[in-house]
Amino acid sequence: MNKITNNKAWFLVLPVFFIVAISAIIPLMTVVNYSVQDIFDPQTRFFVGTEWFEQVLGDSRLHDALIRQIIYTLSVLFIEIPLGIAVALTLPRKGWGVSASMVLLALPLLIPWNVVGTIWQIFGRADIGLGGYVINMMGIDYNYSQNPMDAWVTVLVMDVWHWTSLIVLLCYAGLRSIPDAYYQAAKIDGASRWAVFRFIQLPKMQSVLVIGVLLRFMDSFMIYTEPFVLTGGGPGNATTFLSQFLTRMAVGQFDLGPAAAFSLVYFLIILLVCWVFYTVVMNAGKREEQ
Amino acid sequence: MQFQKRHIGLLIYILFLLLPIYWLFNMSIKTNTEILGAMTLFPDNPTLANYATILTDPAWYSGYINSMIYVGINVVISLVVALPAAYAFSRFNFTGDKHLFFWLLTNRMAPPAVFLLPFFQLYSSVGLFDTHIAVALAHCLFNVPLAVWILEGFMSGIPKEIDETAYIDGYSFPRFFATIFIPLIRSGIGVTAFFCFMFSWVELLLARTLTSVDAKPIVATMTRTVSASGLDWGVLAAAGVLTIVPGALVIWFVRNYIAKGFAMGRV
Repeated sequence: MNKITNNKAWFLVLPVFFIVAISAIIPLMTVVNYSVQDIFDPQTRFFVGTEWFEQVLGDSRLHDALIRQIIYTLSVLFIEIPLGIAVALTLPRKGWGVSASMVLLALPLLIPWNVVGTIWQIFGRADIGLGGYVINMMGIDYNYSQNPMDAWVTVLVMDVWHWTSLIVLLCYAGLRSIPDAYYQAAKIDGASRWAVFRFIQLPKMQSVLVIGVLLRFMDSFMIYTEPFVLTGGGPGNATTFLSQFLTRMAVGQFDLGPAAAFSLVYFLIILLVCWVFYTVVMNAGKREEQ
Repeated sequence: MQFQKRHIGLLIYILFLLLPIYWLFNMSIKTNTEILGAMTLFPDNPTLANYATILTDPAWYSGYINSMIYVGINVVISLVVALPAAYAFSRFNFTGDKHLFFWLLTNRMAPPAVFLLPFFQLYSSVGLFDTHIAVALAHCLFNVPLAVWILEGFMSGIPKEIDETAYIDGYSFPRFFATIFIPLIRSGIGVTAFFCFMFSWVELLLARTLTSVDAKPIVATMTRTVSASGLDWGVLAAAGVLTIVPGALVIWFVRNYIAKGFAMGRV
């Protein structure tokens, strides 16, 4: 669509600008402020330059948390994206089943995050939870509060349970926009099921999948509440991800300087990955159009 | 609807989604002795005592009221400021528009943990700590950019000829916007309100940090009960079920637009 160039449009954007600026720029400036100073009390503060950054970047506990975070986020993406696409392909195209599946699928997305943690905390327990009980009945020794591997798997299954629906709904929106004529043409050409998927359905889902991958990356990279409720980051540090680590540092130990420095690094990592991914995909899309 | 083989997979997946929720519900209508005593798929003596506890104890039900209030304020603020902005982004080029749009989205990418402490200090220093408006404003950080993003998608689907015709017919901008444009994108507005509701309703970290007593949200009440008074599983489960209800209700209202809404109106 051709847009008119008109700088008066800024007046329409101003309210948004102000409201987001208040809640974004002032806190961000505070964080920057902390990250370069050593603060004893509001009157006594020293400028320390990059000391906090050096300390944080050299912290081996942080490296561990970062590695855990990366493995976790990659696992989330590798499970949820294919599963989401697969489920979206099985959804009915019309009839009462559409509304019913939409409502049921969206349900986990609207449960407060700590309640998601509570649900799985209960469900996974061997004594009172169905899931933990059944797994132990099958002769597998499963206890998410003792065994790091079990805790890890539980957090991952919980995330799949919680967020795959988002990918399903996105893909379904993409699939719905394919005109019936495409399928008929494919049928006439005798295209296989795989060919229909690869050359008709997947390209139509591309733009929504970009949104899906971006959202899942960002949200799983800052996951906090669900593991906090489920495992509290343990056993040991097995499920301590970056946000958990940061919150412990800022609120628990009140190490403001290092916490602020770490916040900035954390934010920049997310920003960078999203920007790179977005640019690469957009350029690929443009090349395909040409 | 014709039943096909592929629907089996869907049914299994939906079963996987519903089983933990059913288990929570199942626990909420059991007594604590039954919860801890035996593994039963259905409660032997269904009881509503846990729900009665929540609905009669102000410490519990005020949490629901507080959550509803700040979520409501947040949805209204987000929509009011995002509507004109989304219109500007969908119809005009202006200096710095692309950068502004990306900057807005970066706020959706910022981990709330980063903003925790500065928010606390900012709202304490202006005397807004422990008020509903503080939480509502804090949630604007991610809801306003999201609202702009979704609304822009829906608005771009409306042909520009409609604007032009209205101006030729002598409509002023505010009159055109209120009487013609807003009714045209009402499904988009509904979906946006749904998303703002959703993200404000499910958020815990900021809501818990910015409140102590007067505006304490239900999600914070739940975490406190877990740590303080031992574990009253039945009441906890009942509180959990009650937090799912408002979400389930709003999904029902937007069920026909939900898929398009999740695609940010961009399909």
